[in-house]
Amino acid sequence: MSGAQTDLTLEDTRDGAVLRFAGRLVVAGLAPLERAAAAVKARPGPIAIDLSRVEALDTAGAWLLITLRDRLTAEGAQVTIEGTGPAEASLIETVEKALAKIEPAPPAPSGFLNWVAGVGEGVAGAWASFLDLLAFLGVTLARTAGLLVRPWRMRAAPLVHHMQEVGFNAFPIVFLMSFLIGIVLGFQGASQLQQFGAEVFVVTLIAVSLLRELGILLTAIIVAGRSGSAFAASIGSMKIREEIDAMRTLGLDPIEVLVVPRTLALLIMLPVLGFIANMAGLLGGGLMAWIELGVSPGMFVTRLYDTTGVWQLAIGMIKAPFFAIIIAVVGCWQGMLVGGSAESVGQRTTAAVVMAIFAVIIIDAVFSIFFSEMGL
Amino acid sequence: MDGAPAPAAQAVPSERDAIIRVRGLVNRFGTQTVHDGLDLDVMRGEVLGIVGGSGTGKSVLLRTITGLNRPAAGSIEVFGQDVLRVSAEERTEIEKRWGVLFQDGALFSSLTVAQNIMAPMREHLKLPQRLMDALAAMKVTLVGLPSFAGAKFPSELSGGMRKRAGLARALSLEPEIVFLDEPTAGLDPIGAAAFDDLIRQLQQSLGLTVFMVTHDLDSLHAICDRIAVLAEKKVLVTGTMADMMDVDHPWVREYFHGPRARAAQGG
Repeated sequence: MSGAQTDLTLEDTRDGAVLRFAGRLVVAGLAPLERAAAAVKARPGPIAIDLSRVEALDTAGAWLLITLRDRLTAEGAQVTIEGTGPAEASLIETVEKALAKIEPAPPAPSGFLNWVAGVGEGVAGAWASFLDLLAFLGVTLARTAGLLVRPWRMRAAPLVHHMQEVGFNAFPIVFLMSFLIGIVLGFQGASQLQQFGAEVFVVTLIAVSLLRELGILLTAIIVAGRSGSAFAASIGSMKIREEIDAMRTLGLDPIEVLVVPRTLALLIMLPVLGFIANMAGLLGGGLMAWIELGVSPGMFVTRLYDTTGVWQLAIGMIKAPFFAIIIAVVGCWQGMLVGGSAESVGQRTTAAVVMAIFAVIIIDAVFSIFFSEMGL
Repeated sequence: MDGAPAPAAQAVPSERDAIIRVRGLVNRFGTQTVHDGLDLDVMRGEVLGIVGGSGTGKSVLLRTITGLNRPAAGSIEVFGQDVLRVSAEERTEIEKRWGVLFQDGALFSSLTVAQNIMAPMREHLKLPQRLMDALAAMKVTLVGLPSFAGAKFPSELSGGMRKRAGLARALSLEPEIVFLDEPTAGLDPIGAAAFDDLIRQLQQSLGLTVFMVTHDLDSLHAICDRIAVLAEKKVLVTGTMADMMDVDHPWVREYFHGPRARAAQGG
């Protein structure tokens, strides 16, 4: 940066040493100047710090002068600051007062014990937040049940709004995703089954894998990414702007106003989305079977009737409400945990999506084991 | 920075040249005209208070001068340079020479107070970390915060402390001009008076020019050298507090002779 040419010269005179600063003693050129000042050693006798050639002084420059003077004094020299005008003197005095108020910071804990403590805190924190999630789930279910008893307290407008947001607006993406998955399944299934002439079983492959597992699972994952994050971010922003606190003081229950409509909306719309995904997948798979293997649509439907019971569809759809509740509750819960910084919204939104998808997969695995033990 | 006017600490108030010169400023939002041919001079080393009713464009004026809002017409000179027509590099050089305190501090919420103060230094200066730590610690106590506040996050501080922290960040690059947007709004009277004192004291010892948007009559009395009244889409009148008393304009009379004004004068 220009204008920062500052010199520090040391002259020995008969009356002692003179440290002469010249130029602009400002923050822009502080680093080299500070190195030069650090090289000055205390010597017996008086040392005068002369500022008469300084063109500009700011608080950073004053800080340098004061720390230099204090260090030399501590090393046994008698130091005076000379050549200051009234403005500089006042500035140096102000900075001196500020420096006097600085207290040494307590040393940051470090080392192995601290690391162990950190791990312990992490484990305890994970357990505590699991309990917290269960508590939140419980409150949400209790409030929802309360609405079933007193349905006139149901907020219809937000419910419909969220049904559109999470459900209706997700139709295209869910349809397209599932249609493409159906095509992939049909194509891969065909190329494998063709090798031993069992082409016709491609219908069973597509139908069972889509209806039982993939249709609803992939829909839930898309919805977790799409709506779980939206829940966390919107509720988190409201939390930061103290809207949630405002609701509480107005006698509105944030769970009832914010969480229940979102949960109910997802509870209604996720099965619908899952069903659409199933149909789109069958459509894509059927199309691929027709093109690749020559299985005609009529043949496809007949095989579907013969080999795939309605239970295959039911097993998939039974899982939808569980997925819906966990996605909505995790998203809203993470939103409620947002605090303080804007960055926290981002962290909580990420956590909401990751946790919701993880929970969806765990629940799916549990159901898979359950249904196979039941022989379904 | 070569050829720039005299540096901060040597700015003697007697040598009064305009450090900010606004001419013919026009600001429009949609069909609504906020400023229409506004002229304003801010002198080096003074504390200028901007007052005006709600919606007269006080904050818009501050945002326009600091380049956050582009005016429809007019010219704005800061440090003798037309800030609307300079190159991006020149603009950055000018921005380094002013500091802005927003209403609620506008601290970066993911950084501690000390990191907030260091953020502009890190961006614009090449200083070793040790030096920045020392300077940030000094700035924290300079604005009257307790020493431990440096390690806190903005969300852990009270509103008054956030304002002080915001001021410390505004002072981080040793600016010559400080823009303050309602610095005492939301503070209790004692905190507001202490903040006024702080601004006055820093302004005198650092030789700052202060551009202050305020509604606080006590602040106007306590620290403003001059007052500019915004009304009818321009600067209606500028002058000292005593001058304001003699202005014959309904809003100005109401403002400076109302019950709250009398109370402020009495105190």
